[in-house]
Amino acid sequence: MTESFINARTPTVLRPPAPPKGWTRSRVIGHILVGVWAALILGLLVYLYSAWNIDLVRKYGPTYLSGLGTTITLVGSSIILGAVLSIPVVLGRLSNNRIISSVAYFYVYFFRGTPLIAQVFLIYYGVGSFNKELQSIGLWVFFREAWFCALLAFALNTAAYQAEILRGAIRSVPLGQWEGAASLGISKAVTFWKIILPQALIVALRPYGNEVILMIKGSAIVALISVYDLMGYTKLAYSRTFDFQTYLWTAIIYLVLVEILRHLWDWMERRITRHLIR
Amino acid sequence: MEGSIALLGFGEGGWGPSIASGVLVTVSLALATLPVGLAIGFFVALGKQSQEPSVKLAANMYTTIFRGLPELLTLFLVYFGGQIGIQKLGQLLGYTGTIEINSFIAGMFAMGTVFSSYASEVFLSAFRAIPKGQYEGGYAIGLSYGQTMRKVILPQLIRIALPGLGNLWMILLKDTALVSAIGLADILRQTSVAARVTKHAFLFYGTACMIYLVLAILSSFVIDGIDRWSAKSGAKR
Repeated sequence: MTESFINARTPTVLRPPAPPKGWTRSRVIGHILVGVWAALILGLLVYLYSAWNIDLVRKYGPTYLSGLGTTITLVGSSIILGAVLSIPVVLGRLSNNRIISSVAYFYVYFFRGTPLIAQVFLIYYGVGSFNKELQSIGLWVFFREAWFCALLAFALNTAAYQAEILRGAIRSVPLGQWEGAASLGISKAVTFWKIILPQALIVALRPYGNEVILMIKGSAIVALISVYDLMGYTKLAYSRTFDFQTYLWTAIIYLVLVEILRHLWDWMERRITRHLIR
Repeated sequence: MEGSIALLGFGEGGWGPSIASGVLVTVSLALATLPVGLAIGFFVALGKQSQEPSVKLAANMYTTIFRGLPELLTLFLVYFGGQIGIQKLGQLLGYTGTIEINSFIAGMFAMGTVFSSYASEVFLSAFRAIPKGQYEGGYAIGLSYGQTMRKVILPQLIRIALPGLGNLWMILLKDTALVSAIGLADILRQTSVAARVTKHAFLFYGTACMIYLVLAILSSFVIDGIDRWSAKSGAKR
């Protein structure tokens, strides 16, 4: 009797049945929205398929590739140049000297407070308008080329943004790290390179990735000063053919480029924060 | 120096009036974009934190696409694509004339989509900062979902999201300079015209940069003011 009682009390515990998943309002809206997206993407694919024109691809395909190359070279070199330029700016921002730190502050404020396109115009058309003076000091060769002007403007611009990223990251490392190193008798330079910077770069990695993506997107404006990057060749192809698919292909290329970078950065972040995961 | 002042002034041969009208266009474009972008951004953020996976997917696709495209390209897609689309629609309805799309509207649309995709991220992180107990408390005293949202969540949300939205406003103000590429007479367009006519490119583009800087400084004052005002209604700590 007791046995049957125990048996009766310990059946396998049944999970309560899942609540019925009805067609709630949000579910209906969600399916409609996903349907709209699917229809848009399908429409895009159908349009690109129906508008496929082998002559167009033969004629402008290679120019798109070289334009993509220009975009990547321009962004890559301006990011590297900007990283180099940002170091003195950060040192200026962190300096205790009032004059130096306010000069660095105004540099950063100017380049972050004005549109990139206005800066590019200021350097290409504005500085370029002093061609006589530039010729006399031999800099005209540099400012004559739209490509170099774009590179200079981008490098100066991204240096300001990168300086702020780096400053924030260095500030995020607790002061105790400096003091700890000092108490061990480590010199300031070694402390900075071996202790502070590796910790700061982890904080800075994500903003740096965002900056690279912003530069790739921002670099499209060089098409307006007749540099033939991806956007420049697209404008050229559109003005000659009036075929809208020229813009759609460019949109796809930019989107793929940005997504690749985003995933690359996610992977990098996972990799360099391995030691922080418990 | 005196020549520059005359060129920038409002007198005879001065470009002051046209640049001032450009400032007006830039500011009104940014102000017109703001409510549209904020509203769309808010709903996209609501979608992103939804329990329903299909809503989440649709909202995430929106941000992925519009944050991945260059702003200039979005603008051209809206401007030229919209023109072609409306033309096709007109032909379907039997209208054969050419239809010009207004560059102000196109700029508003393009800037609004870009702004809203960034704003949705700001709103999303603000949503995450509000504890679940706030919703539960709202429901416990018998408020409906809409009422809880309006009376309990939104006031806190705006306070938390304000710094992020302030940054986005600054970015929006700078991005409006791109509409000069589709022929809207904003600051950059007007100064470009002046630079081409007078051959004083450095002066006029420098002026354009300074105007943008002044606008940024003025905005930061306004944002600080809003910040103080909203902090007043918050809980005293």
